[in-house]
Amino acid sequence: MEIGSFLIVFFMVRYIRTSLQTAERFPEWDRMLLMVQYVATGLLVSDIFLDSDFTKWVWHLLLIGMVGAAYLLKDFRPVRNVWLAVGPFILISLFGDLVELIVPDFYESIKTMVEIAEMFSFIWMVATWFITRKQQKALEKERLKRQQEEEQNRIIASQNVMLEQIVAERTAELTRQKEELEQTLTELKATQDQLIQREKMASLGELTAGIAHEIQNPLNFVNNFSEVSVELIEELKEERQKTDRDAGLEEEILADLAQNLQKINHHGKRADSIVKGMLQHSRASTHEREPIDINNLADEYLRLAYHGLRANDKSFNATLLTDFDSNLGKVSVVPQDMGRVLLNLFTNAFYATEEKRKTGLANYQPTVQVITRRIDGETIELRVRDNGCGIPASVLNKIYQPFFTTKPTGQGTGLGLSLSYDIITKGHGGELVVETEEGKFTEFTIRLPT
Amino acid sequence: MKVLVVDDETDVQTLFEQRFRREIRAGEIQFAFAHSGEKALTYLNDHSSEYVLILSDINMPGMSGLELLRLIRTTYPVAPPTVMMITAYGDAESHDQAMKLGADAFLTKPLDFSNLKEKLKSAL
Repeated sequence: MEIGSFLIVFFMVRYIRTSLQTAERFPEWDRMLLMVQYVATGLLVSDIFLDSDFTKWVWHLLLIGMVGAAYLLKDFRPVRNVWLAVGPFILISLFGDLVELIVPDFYESIKTMVEIAEMFSFIWMVATWFITRKQQKALEKERLKRQQEEEQNRIIASQNVMLEQIVAERTAELTRQKEELEQTLTELKATQDQLIQREKMASLGELTAGIAHEIQNPLNFVNNFSEVSVELIEELKEERQKTDRDAGLEEEILADLAQNLQKINHHGKRADSIVKGMLQHSRASTHEREPIDINNLADEYLRLAYHGLRANDKSFNATLLTDFDSNLGKVSVVPQDMGRVLLNLFTNAFYATEEKRKTGLANYQPTVQVITRRIDGETIELRVRDNGCGIPASVLNKIYQPFFTTKPTGQGTGLGLSLSYDIITKGHGGELVVETEEGKFTEFTIRLPT
Repeated sequence: MKVLVVDDETDVQTLFEQRFRREIRAGEIQFAFAHSGEKALTYLNDHSSEYVLILSDINMPGMSGLELLRLIRTTYPVAPPTVMMITAYGDAESHDQAMKLGADAFLTKPLDFSNLKEKLKSAL
């Protein structure tokens, strides 16, 4: 009986301490439980030496106290069911001892029954113990599984947070990149406008020398013819004072005077149209169409381009051939824009002949030709043909690309043909086509609806 | 004296005929005109040794005045005429080139006709 009580105390203390982890969570109780264990050990030892009935009651008190404490105290709630296991044994042994003390005779008659009950309750206790242990193990397993799941969830959650963060960073980066691109696009648009303006100014620069030459020539004629006219008038006056006036000579002088005045007028107008053309070229295009004599416009710009290049490079020379269709009629175009296209085509043509001439070809005569034709009632055609270096097939599909140039850096903006193409196709609903053979010729054809 | 004037501007003919009308009338100078270097060469070949003085513009489409001068100086078979070059661009480069090719004078536009008359008379 005492050994049994001791074992119950021993295992109960152990059970409570491990399942509640009192060492960490309730150090007060832990000390108390250890004390109980010492007391139980002491009690067991004193049992052996004293051999007294008294210890039996102390065991009962100890056991009831423990089960009662486990059942009633809040801190021991998780282990309160311990009474289920040990309760029957404690009660039966207490009952047996009480009966033995109060009515010993009656006890003798039920002793065997009490002992059997004690044995059963003991078995019950051990069975409960095992079942509980098993349940605990299952619970523990379940707890571990849950813990693992929680751990996994925690990892997933932290991964989610990380992903969210990455997504946020990426979004911010993309937004920043988008803003940068928009900024760059705006800058590029502004640069493009500036470049177009610069291209216009550059072609005007090419023109200046040509214009100076083209104005100087008619001005020389105006001056010369007016000077010579003064001389003629003097001569006429002298003749009239003579007694034998030569009527034939007087007639001749008068005819010459009339002719000179016509020449002066003609060359004055020539200078005038050149200045007007120059102003028109430098002015921002109004994009307004006017009926224009394309033959005149082509002739004027051909000469301007030729003299412009001549002025810059004295060794430059070329034969200019014009074949104008007198039935061309007026064509409605934006004069400044069409002038730019023609100037660009002529300058390119001269450049091509110059490139070929520089190769030192024997008997090479640089020639630039302008041909106009009325194709039908709705279309006219203007062709600019040179016998220069031609365009290599490898770059032929790039010639209308903005900024594409074969000229050395700083000499071409690469916008000439690109702008020309836009002006002819988008601006005038026409077409610009090229035919070329490397080393032989290049011919640009403008077709315009009339 | 026969003078060949080479210039792509056709009105040069009228101008010379009026400027030199007294000399022409007096039979002192005879003028012929060519409107390109090529035409001038043909003309010279057809009228070989007649012309003693050539007045040529430098800046002409096609054959330039300098090229004409070079051809006259290198291939002209008969007695070499006097050649005077005229240009609107009075730059040193053209001047040096003309002189190197054997020009007798280098005149700039606008022409000073009294000066030209002096030169023609002294060339006679």
